[in-house]
This record gives sequence, C-alpha cells and structure tokens, in this order.
Amino acid sequence: MADVNRGNRPLSPHMTIYRPQWTSMTSILTRITGNALIVGSILIIWWFIAAATGPEAYARANGVITSWFGDIVMFLSVWALWYHMAFGIRHLIWDSGHMLDVERSETYAQAAIIVATLLTIFTAVVL
Amino acid sequence: MAFLTDRKRAAGTGSAKSGTEHHWHMIVTSCALAILVPLFVFTFGSALGGTYEETIAYYSRPWPAIIAALTVLVGMIHYRAGVQTLIEDYVHGDLGKVLIIGAICLSYLLAAAGLFAIVRLAL
Repeated sequence: MADVNRGNRPLSPHMTIYRPQWTSMTSILTRITGNALIVGSILIIWWFIAAATGPEAYARANGVITSWFGDIVMFLSVWALWYHMAFGIRHLIWDSGHMLDVERSETYAQAAIIVATLLTIFTAVVL
Repeated sequence: MAFLTDRKRAAGTGSAKSGTEHHWHMIVTSCALAILVPLFVFTFGSALGGTYEETIAYYSRPWPAIIAALTVLVGMIHYRAGVQTLIEDYVHGDLGKVLIIGAICLSYLLAAAGLFAIVRLAL
C-alpha cells in the first residue's frame, strides 16, 4: 500500500503560533543572509566591470562602494557572508550525521553568531 | 490510485526526478566556497579603495585574479541553486517559474559579467 497517506501528511508549524528558538531563528537568518548577499555581489561585480572599463568608470564605482552607503552595504555583507558560512558549515556537519541533538544545535547557533560577529570586526579592522 | 510501490518510486528519484542532485551540488559548492570566500574577502578587500593603477596592477597578478574568478563563478552557481529553493518555498505556479527563470538568468549574467571583467583586468 504505497499511497495510504497521500495528501494527508503533517504540515510545517505555522510561524505565528510557533515559539522562536535559536535553531529556527538562525535557520531563517541563514536563508535571508544567503539571498541578501546578491546585493553585495552586484556591487562587487559592477566594481570589476568598472575597473575593466576605464579610469572614470572605476572612480565612480569605487567612490560608491567606499562611500558611507557603500560602507554600510559592505559591512552588512561581510557579516552576512561570515554568518552564512558559519551556518553553511553547520549544515555540512548535520549532513554527516553529527550534532543533531537540540542542546548542541543551540550551542552551535550561539557560538556561530559570536564567531561571525568577531570575524566581521576582524575583517573591518584589517581592511 | 497509482500502482507504484515505494521501492519503485524511490528508484524514480522522487517527484522532482533528479533525486538528491540539487542537494549534492549545494554541498560541493559550499565546500569550495568555504575555502574561496576567506581568500576572496582579504584579496578583494585589500584592492578595494585603491587607485585605478593599483587595482589594475593587483588584478594582473595570477592568484588574486584566479581567486576572484573562482569565487564569482562558484558563488553564482551556489546562488542559483539557493535562490531556486527560496522561490520554490514561497511562490508557486507560473509566477514561481518566471521568478526562478529570472533569478537563474541573473546569476548567469553576473557570472559572465564578473568573469569577463576579471579576465580583461588580468590580461
């Protein structure tokens, strides 16, 4: 009987009645940061195109990326990048069948936020 | 009632007909990016804000250019698969298909534009 439960499967919990946890919140933030990185990517690729075009185009793109607006986008992108990477590595660990219990997942979530933030500060200071 | 056994449906690689291929590509590209991204952040970061001549000279060197080209290419392949999952989860029907095609085309455009610019800078 292959089709006994067709169309009558359990549904995901609805967000409005679901208590936020470290695991669920960090998971959705992984998706948000990953997709939001397209903004920084477009800016950086525009910078490369401008550098390949000539000095005036380069000055314009470089000026925008190093302006206060560009600085904010780049700073947030760097945090998003380190965060997304820290949680991407968590997915690789999960895929290998490790750290699947709730307690260690929550510890990893908190540690990864701290690591991503420290790496962002380090990146901003070094560069 | 479909006369398919569970075994037969598993062999047909599921409703998407591609099995775990999408997930496997995410694993491969994320492993590559875990190495590429830190290299790119610190090479690109040191070039950003420099003068035109400095940037041209910097990206004429092999490794900064190779790291940038690989990061753009693998990053856009990774983004293509990631954004597809995002759209599939929240937008359905024709609009979902249109958005997936649009987002995938955007990632191809960015990959081509980035690679062209980096090759031109490097050569």
